[in-house]
Amino acid sequence: MSLIRVALAGEGGQGVQVVAEILTEAAYNEKKHTIYIPNFGLEQRGGVSVAFMQVSDEKIGAPKFHKADIVVALSERAVSRTLQYSDENTVYVYDSSFNISPDELPKKAKKIISLPAVEATKKELHPRVFNIVVMGAVLEFTKMVSFEMAKEALISKLAYKFEKDPKLKELNFKALELGKELAEQSLQEGGAGNG
Amino acid sequence: MVAPAMPKSWYVPSKPHKFCPGCGHGITLKALGEAIDELDIQNKVVFGCDIGCSLLAWNFFACDSTQTHHGRTTPVMVGIKRARPELICVGYMGDGGGYSIGSQHLLNSAVRNEKITVILINNTNYGMTGGQMAPTTLPGQITETTPYGRDVEVTGYPTKGPEFIAEITPENAYVARATVSKYKQLKRFIKNALRNQEQGNGFSFVEVLSTCPTNWRTSAEQTWHFLEDKMEKYFPIGELKNPLGKGEK
Amino acid sequence: MQKVVGDPRKAFITGNEAVAWAALAAKAEIMFGYPITPQNEVMHYWTRLAPKYNRKFLQTEDELSAGFTTCGAIQAGKKAFTATAGPGNVLMQEPFGMAEAMRLPLLAVIQQRGGPSSGTVVYSQQEVTLTTFGGNGEGHRIVYSTSSHQEIFDYVIKGFNTAWKYRFPVFVLGDGYQAKMREPLEMYDPEDRGIEMVKPYALVGLDGRIGETREPQHLCNIYSLEEELYEVVLKIAGDYDAMTPEVVEYEEKECEDADIIVVSHGVVSRAADDAVKILRSQGIKAGYFRPITLRPFPQKQLREALAKSGAGKILIAESSYGQLERLTKQELYGETVPIKSLLMPGVGIVDSDIVNKVKSIM
Repeated sequence: MSLIRVALAGEGGQGVQVVAEILTEAAYNEKKHTIYIPNFGLEQRGGVSVAFMQVSDEKIGAPKFHKADIVVALSERAVSRTLQYSDENTVYVYDSSFNISPDELPKKAKKIISLPAVEATKKELHPRVFNIVVMGAVLEFTKMVSFEMAKEALISKLAYKFEKDPKLKELNFKALELGKELAEQSLQEGGAGNG
Repeated sequence: MVAPAMPKSWYVPSKPHKFCPGCGHGITLKALGEAIDELDIQNKVVFGCDIGCSLLAWNFFACDSTQTHHGRTTPVMVGIKRARPELICVGYMGDGGGYSIGSQHLLNSAVRNEKITVILINNTNYGMTGGQMAPTTLPGQITETTPYGRDVEVTGYPTKGPEFIAEITPENAYVARATVSKYKQLKRFIKNALRNQEQGNGFSFVEVLSTCPTNWRTSAEQTWHFLEDKMEKYFPIGELKNPLGKGEK
Repeated sequence: MQKVVGDPRKAFITGNEAVAWAALAAKAEIMFGYPITPQNEVMHYWTRLAPKYNRKFLQTEDELSAGFTTCGAIQAGKKAFTATAGPGNVLMQEPFGMAEAMRLPLLAVIQQRGGPSSGTVVYSQQEVTLTTFGGNGEGHRIVYSTSSHQEIFDYVIKGFNTAWKYRFPVFVLGDGYQAKMREPLEMYDPEDRGIEMVKPYALVGLDGRIGETREPQHLCNIYSLEEELYEVVLKIAGDYDAMTPEVVEYEEKECEDADIIVVSHGVVSRAADDAVKILRSQGIKAGYFRPITLRPFPQKQLREALAKSGAGKILIAESSYGQLERLTKQELYGETVPIKSLLMPGVGIVDSDIVNKVKSIM
């Protein structure tokens, strides 16, 4: 696997950093080279939360990147915050529920995908697992780690919650599957490429 | 010639000392030396001195000594004490080092009740640098940077160190103000401040009202007059906090 | 002192956590610190781990105090350290100066953030000048610039030894990315690798009875006469120069036949390494040179790399506006090779930035 660079952005509380932690932990467990940089400092408070991930079979160079292979924006503010990471090689993903006009989307992208993650999560599962739905989608888009490894890392990360509420485990697994399916569908549909 | 009796804890090769004639540092350091001797703690004292005239004491004692930067003696003593609680750490500084450039260290060490002893010389001016205004300069007092007298509207009122330290320390801290004009009391206060540390109680602080005829440009008589009639009136002498109890004074 | 890591083990942790583990493994006894991003988690991890290993911590009132308490603990004979960044590094130049003057083996971890002033809390390489030559002295310090979590771990351990062996302040230079990012590394106890840890010793509070079995210690850093200070500084400079060949470290790749040598340090060298590979694959003979010690600088080694390659150009790449460039130029005085630069203050540099720059100047 060659280098995959992912920028995942959302509002504080959406669980973006948790998803990045689980995904990179899974990559690490899979003996891949991986780096994860959370955004921090001033932006941490009231700003958009961005997680920068890199996964590769080879040693990874620069810790941060200018352009990502995949950008996933989970709020309208996250869209404007992440435009800078998109270029002609980037798959840019945002949620179809956002009220934004085409000129607010990146000018350069290999493919722009509008994903109905918010709506599907609300309708089929529960809003609290929205970030895990997104994690499933990121997994499908990037193939950065195997689905099984990601599932294991998810269990170990959330074990303390699952212990308290065993039903939560099933809900999270369903969320992961849902995200994967949504991503598969969007890829089949081809998205609104404008690269 | 018969040499005057020196405390055992004084370092003889560095005598006669380097302070100006009429300066109160020598009296204070004699009291400290005798207190160290009487408590028999010479081998476990670490004496730290600041920048300013206090630095002239860097080899004054036959005790392990270190000299630091202006205002930074307090944190160096804190570092030594935290690393080696069995040592008796004595920080020695002037009013500029303690109340101005190093005030954050003095204040926070007092708040944390650091188990060190600080002895601070208040002579109402910066002596080493040539007689500028200090936090303790009296209202109307002429210094090199207040040539028309200290204007409290411009520079505020003199810092009352022991009073503010007494406010921010817990009850097992020792806080006192002494004067070089009352030697027995001065020595008793310093000894109490050392004992309070030795007993592991808390922060121990003695401000010493002292003389600076060189920068005050005063004769012997005028010097004593300024100390006893001006300074001691403005800065009340006494123990503000003494957890050791009256019987043990 | 009990073992900290035990069997060598892989970990996927932040750079700040790696610092705390390395300091524990290196038998550091006490840390003094004051909060500043991006080094805070060094303290967070240390305060969680230290009591389990009977080590101490004090959060001081500011960085001046953190630096001076560290100096005090070292004088008292303990292996002490601190960590800071940006404006905190500015304030700590005062105690670092005392360590330099009094030959105190102080170790400080510097996680560089953006500047000038408060700058950003994120990342930069703008504390090179400050860390190598800060203070009112001659820069008699040892500065390791690390490029990975493994190196952070390795050089914190090595740094304590260098400090206590040669008695110069040692700095382990990282940056905000390294501080906050998670990356795999292997942790170990140094003795298990045959690394003997230099034992600390006290300068004050010594055993024995003064005047009977020993003389008192009188330490000072101020002198009455110019000539006294002159002798002191010359002695320090002499010791520093004598030590230099023993501590200088660098990394060099593909310089034998290079037409251009890319010079970088810290995490930027990771991008430079990749860039050189890409350039080579495209038929451009690029070489890679990285000072690991920014002070003392591997001057001789860089000159040798230039000489053997006959390179016609140097490119300096750094996340600051010329701090490594100035350092390199002064070390290469007399060489006539043109020096170009890629200066990106406060932002990361990736391989394509360097590839494009090299192509534009070849």
